[in-house]
Amino acid sequence: MTAEAPDALRVENIAKRFGSVTALQDVSLHLRKGEVLGLIGDNGAGKSTLIKIITGFHRPDAGRIYLDGEEVELKSVSQAQRLGIQTVYQDLALVNDMTVYHNMFLNKEITWRPLPLLNNRKMKHLTRRYLDDIGVSIPSIETEVAMLSGGQRQAIAVARAVYSEDARILLLDEPLAAMGAKEGAMILDLVQRLKESGGVSIILIAHNYAHVLEVCDRVNVLQHGRITYDKPAAETSVEELTELMVSEYRRARTGGGG
Amino acid sequence: MTQATVSERIRDVGFLRRLLTRPELAAVAGAVLVFVFFAIVAGDRGFLTFGGTMSYLVVAAQLGIVAVPVALLMINGEFDLSVGSMVGAAGIIIAITVTEFGWPLFAGALLACVFALLVGAFNGWVVIKTGLPSFIVTLAMLFALRGLTIGFSRLITGRTQIGGLGAATEGDPLRVIFAGEIAGIPVAVFWWLGLAVLGTYVLQRTVFGNWIFGVGGDKVAARNVGVPVNRVKVILFMCTALSAALLATIQVMDAGSADVLRGQLLELQAIAASVIGGVLLTGGYGSVVGAVFGALIFGMVQQGIFFTGVNTDWFLVFVGAMLLVAVLFNNVIRKRASKG
Repeated sequence: MTAEAPDALRVENIAKRFGSVTALQDVSLHLRKGEVLGLIGDNGAGKSTLIKIITGFHRPDAGRIYLDGEEVELKSVSQAQRLGIQTVYQDLALVNDMTVYHNMFLNKEITWRPLPLLNNRKMKHLTRRYLDDIGVSIPSIETEVAMLSGGQRQAIAVARAVYSEDARILLLDEPLAAMGAKEGAMILDLVQRLKESGGVSIILIAHNYAHVLEVCDRVNVLQHGRITYDKPAAETSVEELTELMVSEYRRARTGGGG
Repeated sequence: MTQATVSERIRDVGFLRRLLTRPELAAVAGAVLVFVFFAIVAGDRGFLTFGGTMSYLVVAAQLGIVAVPVALLMINGEFDLSVGSMVGAAGIIIAITVTEFGWPLFAGALLACVFALLVGAFNGWVVIKTGLPSFIVTLAMLFALRGLTIGFSRLITGRTQIGGLGAATEGDPLRVIFAGEIAGIPVAVFWWLGLAVLGTYVLQRTVFGNWIFGVGGDKVAARNVGVPVNRVKVILFMCTALSAALLATIQVMDAGSADVLRGQLLELQAIAASVIGGVLLTGGYGSVVGAVFGALIFGMVQQGIFFTGVNTDWFLVFVGAMLLVAVLFNNVIRKRASKG
């Protein structure tokens, strides 16, 4: 092996089946320290399954996972979280009827130790600081998140993952889905700032290739349960990525016709 | 300095909006209205006397003891329809063990509590394992538990009512705790208020309370961030069942007898009290204080009608109408507040 620092995350030969459906055949990918890796692929290519394995939700049928060069067995979401792996889900992990600051600290509540009493003042204070840090404007942290826009909620979910949980590896599952141009830009800025801060390595799943190329260092394509493409973002283009996906579709059509 | 100005953007919400979004607003206002109504209509017939006040407080307390945990469970997104049957079952357990087997009161009450905790845990376990709505699971328990109570009571004693508990527990120190009075106020009232304070404290001020809201608001999201969803649910099912056992102990001590049919309709009254108190049927929203006032309204209406001299047959009409009005009022307020 080389002398450089080990990858923040390395996944080798992961396979996962659900009954007769093979979601992942043989996936290997790596994420360098401080890197933003773009992961693209069609619906059903296995992206979400892969994310759920890395996040401890599913157990893989085969394969190994390494964190900072050390092999780990991820048995649960909370175990993965303790190891610093945080996911911001497509279906947001926010409770609509709860306030912004209670969401920010759900299951990470700050208490007046050793009493199990909630320290609301400190949670509010920290929530304000986190949101100010990432430059997100929220009308009030005491409103329910149901009253906020999709971008604001996504930002809260990201802030929650990065700050309150001490994330080392951040998995962003389509953070720009169903979001306006302005809000999308806000989230991309956020990813950019996280990258510059250097403390966290990020896997970003997205459908919009322009977005991916804007913030990612490297791009991987997942097709039929395998990584089929791995290039630095600087050496590829929206056209190339689009061509890759479309040709797959054409091949599938002509192949399926025979 | 800059820090402060940046934070200005993220300011606190107004006092009025916060007041209007309190879930218990309708219940508190309703309780005041009902009190004023009966004070005017039946004020000169004893409603306002100490005895009159105690009569509705005891009714409210008996319902409220169960309504507090039921409200917590509903905020958590689940129902427990078996609490009424649990009251009957726990009462019979105490009566049989004390009068038939000659156990001391504490042992009978302890067995009732242990049994209740097991039933509650079973309810929660079935809900989690089967994925069936708790409405159905605990409805099944409502029937099964009542049937078991009637069956075992008749099998062991040959009767469905068991008396003689007054004589059998004469001088037992536990009587003071469950059936005594403090300054003329029955202890049930203190149990109710104590549980209300405890429930409010747990819901509003503890980590567990935050989880109750989180699980009730969005089970998937709560699970995604690692909240032990199933554990929260099972604990709350155990609490509702335990509160039923506590109420049964109080009732048995108070009446000196147990009846297999005790607690009928209590499950629906507890749900009604919670809903009047602003708890959403879908979970994720509500307060213990609301349920406490919901129970108080129940007590005042039931006893108030008695004081007016109107035939108490009409009591349930009043309850039905009030339930509907309260829920409509809650809806209007909630919609308006969330737009504000």
